[in-house]
Amino acid sequence: MSFHTSKENGVVVVDVDGQLIVGNRQELKQKVLDELEGGERRFLIDFANTGYIDSSGLGVLVSLSKKIREQSGELRLSNLNEDLRTLFELTKLDTLFSIADSREEALTSF
Amino acid sequence: MTDESDTTGTERSLDSSAEVALQLPSDLRIIEAAVSHLVSRCRAFAFEGPRLELNFRVGVTEALANAVLYGNSNDPAKTVYVKLKIDEHQVVVCVADEGDGFDPSSVPDPTTPENIHSPGGRGLFLIQHLMDEIHFNERGNSVRMVLMREEPRRPRG
Repeated sequence: MSFHTSKENGVVVVDVDGQLIVGNRQELKQKVLDELEGGERRFLIDFANTGYIDSSGLGVLVSLSKKIREQSGELRLSNLNEDLRTLFELTKLDTLFSIADSREEALTSF
Repeated sequence: MTDESDTTGTERSLDSSAEVALQLPSDLRIIEAAVSHLVSRCRAFAFEGPRLELNFRVGVTEALANAVLYGNSNDPAKTVYVKLKIDEHQVVVCVADEGDGFDPSSVPDPTTPENIHSPGGRGLFLIQHLMDEIHFNERGNSVRMVLMREEPRRPRG
């Protein structure tokens, strides 16, 4: 599992390959916070290659969303598969995040 | 997870059911491998699909994380005990830690407007909604979760 970061159209895009769970959530958090400290304000986390997320993974997204908003930035999510959508809906976090069906849709919506 | 690490495990296969027992050190990094091992045992018993990949995977991950983080306070010297039993109808997973236990009814609903912005507090909620049954022992340091292989004909939750 790993987090790959790239920059597309002024947006920091993070691909989550594998799981986003209690054992690796800090790695994602640090990567995004480093970019935020470096001055980046637009973030997209893409879950196209993600297996599953647990409550710690959801929690890190909530925490990052808050920190990015505090810096007047924006965080968007894309490519949630059916299982991941179920998790967001169960926890009502689908109401908290801006979630796009595709990476392209998310990138053009900033 | 059985022989190659400091994890100890035993397995027993019967004609109509299989059992797995694991003893894990309290290390968050081992959870993914432990869950993958249990998932593979379920697959070997022809259990597959979203109830395995979502309900089982996430439910068991949450129980292990709670045991490591809260039950055993992240102390690697303390052990998490896992037992799995699968048969043609259901899979039962028991997770126990060495902690003092907790009162599950004291955990607030993470979906209310005052809690939804909190980074934590969703683990037990997810277990309750993804598993078909969840029982704690009186002390609160051992949880028994039941997941039916087919979705029961009743609303979940």
